[in-house]
Amino acid sequence: MTSIPFNRRTAIAAGLAGVGLLALGGCSGAPKEVPRRGGLVRVAGHASSTSDTLDPAKGATTLDYVRHHMLYSGLTCFEDDSLVPSLSLARAIETDDRITWHIDLQRGVQFHDGSELTAQDVVHSLLRHKDPELGSKVAFVAEQFAEVRSEGRFGVVIRLTGANADLPNLLAVSHMLIVKAGQQKPDGTGSGPFRLEEFNPAVRTILVRNGEYWIPDRPKLDRVELIAIPDEVSRVNALLSGDVHMINAVNPRSVRRIHADPNYRTMITPSSLFTNLIMRQDSLPTGNPDFVQAVKLMLDRPLINRAIFSDYAVIANDQPIAPFQPYYNANVPQTLLDTDKARWHVQRSGLTGVRLPVYCSTAATGSVDMASILQEYGSRVGLNFAVNRMPADGYWSTHWMRHPMTFGNTNPRPTADLLFSMFFASNADSNESGWKNERFDRLLVEARAGGDETLRAEMYGEMQQMIHDQCGVAIPVFLSFIDGYDRRLKGLRSVPLGAFGGYRFAEYAWWDE
Amino acid sequence: MARTASSRPAWFGVVPLILYRVGSALLTLFLVSAVVFTISGLLPGDAAQEILGQSATPEQIQVLRHEMGLDRPAWTRYFEWLVSIIAGDPGMSYVANMPVAEIISDRLPNTLKLAGITAVVSVVTALTIGVVGAINRGGRIDKTLNVVTLSLVATPEFLVATLGVLLFSVTLLWLPSISLVNEDASWGEMLRSLALPIMSLTSVVVAQMARMTRAAVADQLDRPYVEMARLKGVPFSRIVLFHVLPNAIGPIVNAMALSLSYLFGGALIVETIFNYPGLASLMVNAVTSRDMPLLQSCAMIFCGTYLTMVLVADVIAILANPRLRA
Repeated sequence: MTSIPFNRRTAIAAGLAGVGLLALGGCSGAPKEVPRRGGLVRVAGHASSTSDTLDPAKGATTLDYVRHHMLYSGLTCFEDDSLVPSLSLARAIETDDRITWHIDLQRGVQFHDGSELTAQDVVHSLLRHKDPELGSKVAFVAEQFAEVRSEGRFGVVIRLTGANADLPNLLAVSHMLIVKAGQQKPDGTGSGPFRLEEFNPAVRTILVRNGEYWIPDRPKLDRVELIAIPDEVSRVNALLSGDVHMINAVNPRSVRRIHADPNYRTMITPSSLFTNLIMRQDSLPTGNPDFVQAVKLMLDRPLINRAIFSDYAVIANDQPIAPFQPYYNANVPQTLLDTDKARWHVQRSGLTGVRLPVYCSTAATGSVDMASILQEYGSRVGLNFAVNRMPADGYWSTHWMRHPMTFGNTNPRPTADLLFSMFFASNADSNESGWKNERFDRLLVEARAGGDETLRAEMYGEMQQMIHDQCGVAIPVFLSFIDGYDRRLKGLRSVPLGAFGGYRFAEYAWWDE
Repeated sequence: MARTASSRPAWFGVVPLILYRVGSALLTLFLVSAVVFTISGLLPGDAAQEILGQSATPEQIQVLRHEMGLDRPAWTRYFEWLVSIIAGDPGMSYVANMPVAEIISDRLPNTLKLAGITAVVSVVTALTIGVVGAINRGGRIDKTLNVVTLSLVATPEFLVATLGVLLFSVTLLWLPSISLVNEDASWGEMLRSLALPIMSLTSVVVAQMARMTRAAVADQLDRPYVEMARLKGVPFSRIVLFHVLPNAIGPIVNAMALSLSYLFGGALIVETIFNYPGLASLMVNAVTSRDMPLLQSCAMIFCGTYLTMVLVADVIAILANPRLRA
């Protein structure tokens, strides 16, 4: 049996180093401070609704994920910006063939009601995703669970339908957090660092420190209140007036406003979040390879970064793996703005002067401005784009992927495999451009099985090159998560999977009065 | 004949009117519910799609739709809803998995609180501005009030609200920038947290009421009976308060009813900016999540409030005017 080399201690140390580097750009070099307990913190997210939930399987918004990570614990977790999972409720995860996985649970972990966490709870939590009536957000991941059973009081065996080396990563997302056995509608009784005091969907959630948390010395904050302020200007105002202590989804243009006040800081987390232009391969003219090449060549990426995202984005290269992610292929040549070459492709495709509708919406961040830039550059190479701005409400169900040219928006996923299988595999439901490539599909399955890491990196590298060369999506930039916070809130770490330190800030944060 | 009429109490004449109005209000509510149901049915997507989000598979959506009963024909769903609302049960929310009555009973007091306090503040302000303006017609005070009220009505509320936040919350740090509703807050705390929303809403509704009051009072001041009263030596304040105002009350309460019913459903922008958990934002939430039972109930409440306000205004106008009473 080979043991996956997870070591909580080294992972945490790496995480702290990462914080100094990335998160707290403003306060490096300060004398070492000892985290202390206490603090009542109010946090404002950008969205909440009556569909706010205590059920990890159904989490859909940033605040849902934050709430779930505060109430429940997972088998594994992401503690830093390396995107390598650390062990959490699982004391050890072992596998021979990456099909059958043996998980050994921590002993003595208590739920908030005092009962002990056992293998039964884990089996229940993982298997419930397979119930179609639950409407789990990770049902497609749970399809890979051929069998989940307990092995003794603290052992769990997961048998997959096919080899997948990424199981520890998949188990770290908020949807996979562990709820109590028998609970069909989880009520917040988890083994997480905070207990639920009040939950009012679309209004607020109040959580208080769990004194019996199974990781010693955590958490530090006494009480956290989660609210949502949908309007960005109001959210920034609430931070600057001291009514809330941390906010997410700060507009890049507001960063300067926050920096102007020495009491407030921003945490800028580069991520693999992107807004992409989708060119359907099954309709014309977007299915024409020359057209796709022309569009990729006429994207002025530095302009998009500067004009729309105030240079807080990272230039992307028409493939979905960001430079800081594992398996990123740096050898794929960067596509640069080249209107002459683009014009040549347009002429070859015979599309000069054809009117092409592009559908954009505020639902896909920045897409309206990107469409305008595209229109401007299109006119220089002989393409006539007509920008159709659609309302955010209903955009995903009625427009996204439904027209030859639309914009999409993809959140960071914990593994390259997940991203490729959800959005680029030939048979994926969200194969945005309808791009089909047999070799890509074959590599996807082979790489998923893992084994030799060098070989795996080679395969993922080739897949990135294929998407970059052939796929009908143009990815101009990777967006960053921008959080604003009160200077007194310390210990924050940036994890590139989401805002609020990968949704887990409350685990480490402390208040320095 | 005249004797029997005068021997009845004054309110008796309005009873048939009220009955008639209640009947037509019920019909209006029915029509509104049908229209809201039809139009929201035309919106793209349904509750199942909205819940499952961007990465849902068609099979998942199908299962959830069946679970929620959304795969049945629209008219079946509408009549089921109609039958249950007549029985007094607004149904279950599709999205929150809670009874609609429970969600609304959570939000309604907030809206009533905000609308009530704003109504008191704005009615008093509007009456004062209107009467003072009418008395000093053409004078400097009148002109100043004119300019102020007209510029307020021309300024969008989000601008008033945002400027208020920038001044009172961010710069001066006097008032909170968001309204956090807390059940166990004292009156002082509550008023402090509501100060900015009330201010913003008042500035929106006060102008119309003040203009209407001024016009109605000014119109009455030109009447011969006012001149007569002045010649007989009645003090001017008494003329205005006891002779002019009752005669001008009809148009004034009508303007107030229209403005105040706005406070109920139209406070959306203020609710959004101050993050106030009221009914208007709940209804928008219901629209975006395609939560039909919740949407319908909100629409019924707004429509009902509007009809009640207008009815109350009419009744007051009739009671204040003996000529309309007969």
